[in-house]
Amino acid sequence: MTINKNFTDWQEQELDASLNRFPERKKEFILHGDAEVQRLALPEEIDDDYLEHLGFPGKYPFTRGVQPTMYRGRFWTMRQYAGFSTAAESNKRYRYLLDQGTTGLSVAFDLPTQIGYDSDDAMALGEVGKVGVAIDTLADMETLFADIPLDKISTSMTINSPAIVLLAMYIVVAEKQGIPAEKLRGTIQNDVLKEYVARGTYIFPPRPSLGLITDIFQWCSSNMPLFNTISISGYHIREAGSTAAQEVAFTLANGITYVQTALDAGLEIDHFARRLAFFFNASSNLLEEVAKFRAARRLWARIMKNRFEAQQPSSMMMRFHTQTAGNSLAAQQIDNNIVRVTLQALAAVLGGTQSLHTNSRDEALSLPTEASVRTALRTQQIIAHESGVADTVDPFAGSYYMEQLTDAIELAAEELIAKVEQAGGVVACIEDGFIQRQIEQAAYDYQKEIESGERVIVGVNRFQIEEKEKPELLRVDPAVEEAQVNQLRRVREQRDEGAVQTLLANLQAAAESDRNLMEPILDAVRAYASLGEICSVLRKVFGEYRD
Amino acid sequence: MISKGEELLTGLKEQDPRAIGRAISAVENNGDVAADLLAALDQDLIDKVLVLGITGPPGAGKSTLTAGMIKTIREQGQRVGIIAVDPSSPISGGAILGDRIRMMDHALDPDVVVRSMATRGRLGGLCSSAGAAVRIMAASGCEVIIIETVGVGQSEMDIVRLADITLMVLAPGFGDDIQAMKAGILEVADFLVVNKSDQPGAEALCMDMEQIFSAKVEESGITRVLQTIASENRGIDTLLATVHRFAEHLDTHGIKAQRRSQALDAETLDWILEILRPRFILAMKDNPKQTDPRIRAQELINTIHNPHNITP
Amino acid sequence: MTKQQIPYRVLIGKPGLDGHDRGAKFIARALRDEGFEVIYTGIRRTAAEIAATAIQEDVDVVGLSSLSGAHLRLFPEVVNELKARGGADIPVLGGGVIPDEDIEILLREGLNAIFTPGTPADVIIQSFTKASQQHRDHDFQR
Repeated sequence: MTINKNFTDWQEQELDASLNRFPERKKEFILHGDAEVQRLALPEEIDDDYLEHLGFPGKYPFTRGVQPTMYRGRFWTMRQYAGFSTAAESNKRYRYLLDQGTTGLSVAFDLPTQIGYDSDDAMALGEVGKVGVAIDTLADMETLFADIPLDKISTSMTINSPAIVLLAMYIVVAEKQGIPAEKLRGTIQNDVLKEYVARGTYIFPPRPSLGLITDIFQWCSSNMPLFNTISISGYHIREAGSTAAQEVAFTLANGITYVQTALDAGLEIDHFARRLAFFFNASSNLLEEVAKFRAARRLWARIMKNRFEAQQPSSMMMRFHTQTAGNSLAAQQIDNNIVRVTLQALAAVLGGTQSLHTNSRDEALSLPTEASVRTALRTQQIIAHESGVADTVDPFAGSYYMEQLTDAIELAAEELIAKVEQAGGVVACIEDGFIQRQIEQAAYDYQKEIESGERVIVGVNRFQIEEKEKPELLRVDPAVEEAQVNQLRRVREQRDEGAVQTLLANLQAAAESDRNLMEPILDAVRAYASLGEICSVLRKVFGEYRD
Repeated sequence: MISKGEELLTGLKEQDPRAIGRAISAVENNGDVAADLLAALDQDLIDKVLVLGITGPPGAGKSTLTAGMIKTIREQGQRVGIIAVDPSSPISGGAILGDRIRMMDHALDPDVVVRSMATRGRLGGLCSSAGAAVRIMAASGCEVIIIETVGVGQSEMDIVRLADITLMVLAPGFGDDIQAMKAGILEVADFLVVNKSDQPGAEALCMDMEQIFSAKVEESGITRVLQTIASENRGIDTLLATVHRFAEHLDTHGIKAQRRSQALDAETLDWILEILRPRFILAMKDNPKQTDPRIRAQELINTIHNPHNITP
Repeated sequence: MTKQQIPYRVLIGKPGLDGHDRGAKFIARALRDEGFEVIYTGIRRTAAEIAATAIQEDVDVVGLSSLSGAHLRLFPEVVNELKARGGADIPVLGGGVIPDEDIEILLREGLNAIFTPGTPADVIIQSFTKASQQHRDHDFQR
């Protein structure tokens, strides 16, 4: 490579600053023998075309990654999504995972919690503690994080419509541990738009939901600067059956909507944009997935810079979490899933993810057992420590096919975003069903290919065997529901009921006004008002959304 | 032993959901009891019921508007029936009847009677079974019946003729569709509902429509262009009040009776085609001739006309 | 017109709070393509709502989908609600992430058939066809 001013600029500014802040993992990276691993392979000539499309890692348009040294500095966060049954059971699992070397927690809530119902609500029948942990009041949240120092870990919470309530509970638990909100690190999913499109845990109509999200942006930008206030999620859009380009398009279209809503509410772009995080799916087509991540990063950077005129590079950086594709897991010959997950995890790492969840082999059958979760985590550790892919930055860059595919996905996504905007934007497209129909069609076509055998899924529609041995599965004890209901009853008996009612009335008044709801919800949570009670108040004011 | 027909009739009178559903199936499937059942329905109730037709292009918010109307009608204490029509696939003959989703909130209300129907590729639209379904619902005590159809094609227009009053739902953003439909709108619709009226373009659409409808307003003095935001349940009270006023106007001027009689004629014609179609299909199979279709048709009609060939 | 020429009417419902409807929607469309008339309830329905709708729509078969692990509570609940509304004759089929030992329980509780991930659509459609046919025959004899 000839010496190039752009390159030396990058070295002097981005790279050196980064090396100062985060020294690389090793003094030198070498192959077996003594050949050195290049930090960043570059083309012979760094021309305008290269700078426009790829650029340098840690620099606009961020195609090659958001940090100058990527995983040579430090690995992605290995974050395993977990949670089931009661808070005490989940707490045990979290402490086990931390002992095993995970570096971040990821809380799965059960469906009643995600939809704002208490465990004793008629709607919660049969669902308590099933797909995640049941949280009714602050008391459950205290148990969930018992003996886990919240200033030392980052916590991701998959919670959307009632995110403001769970976030408030988390803040209060930290408060009780003596940790101020400004020290808390983590992410709340808080992405309600994709719930209407793909995941289904909506409560309120889109417009008031966007209001709640803006309240969180606003409150956190001054009180909780290290916390990601949203994780704009393509994961579930893909799980619902979208294509890779649709995943990028609808996720970024949602992102645009959140940004615009916050701007309309008077927030400054560079104040909140750096706390926006993303969440994508890693499916089995390795090259397509790598291209997807690179395309998404570049497209978002362009949108933030050109459309929203962000000034700070950190506002243009798309940082994202990745989870391997749950939908790709087969219920047959489940050990094959370990291989699928490996490919998918590899795609995420080659695509430059900031954190990663690897699914467990048995998840097409039930919640994962502890042993399966360990293998899933080990998969990440093998990629990190043994595969060598973490030792150089964006190794696929410059591959004709990879760059062509990256361009193609970006273009397709851009066109689809334009279509959504022409049709009145995301909210109008959700109400009209446009987005849902696109995803549904893609899902249908894909499944048809599997049914016809045109698309081979190993062990499912080809290479099947008779399976005699049944794997050991984790079962949630049906008694959990009763135990949780009793726990809630005890909390209700012990709390100061008068105070709770007053605080709920205050909350209602605030919801009826234009006030930020974070403080009134914090107050209600502190007094052990339940999630269901708080959401009922909001349902009364905002109404309920129905598909 | 009581016959199935009698059992269903008793069920209808008792407003038993199972009986209502089965009675409609019997008619829809041209089952054995259909004729007897239909003959025995309570004509007074049928005369009294108000039948509303709702149509419009996909995406305008018909199902949401229908759901909103159900809510309001129920708040006013009336029993309501809904016939939601979706097209059958011309290839498989199957259908996805998806309008039900927006009515699920009323699933446990015994006074909201819903029937989803597929067009089943019938010649004259759905008049034959939908008309019978209207009368069955009326006989089970429904006071208002809404027929909701997708789109604005010919078969939908036919279904809409069953209604005493027809509402066309539009929303801003359907410019081209609306241009193409203008003539049809006037011919078919008594009311034009501009839904999503908070969205850009709604005002212009209303003005445009008011101009088209100006001739019709003269007859009754009743506004014919109305605005709603169905997703927020706004404008629906006014809409229903206006519709009821118009219904009175139709009644007092004998127009309702006139419309009913036209609808019955159309339905009769439909039944004729419905009954004859399978026979002609059989006759064609029996007579595979290569003559000109027009001539062959006449020959087949002559064959069928032969009393020897008519089976009851 | 023979019975077989009349499309079967089926209802596809998602009881409980689970919002993953990719499978339910696929089956709905696959059934449509096989000539069924399919009523889809949408997600997050109670057992009572599903049963009441099935009765009102006079369907031949009810198909349920749940991926959240709540099937042992919710599927039999739909069977019971149907019974309570005079629809004991309507067969109920279920699908989802369902362990083998639960399949036996569900069949004992009155479910007609259970499908798990990876069951080919053809097999599912055949079950719907068979159950619909039986229901129509039963209905015909009434």
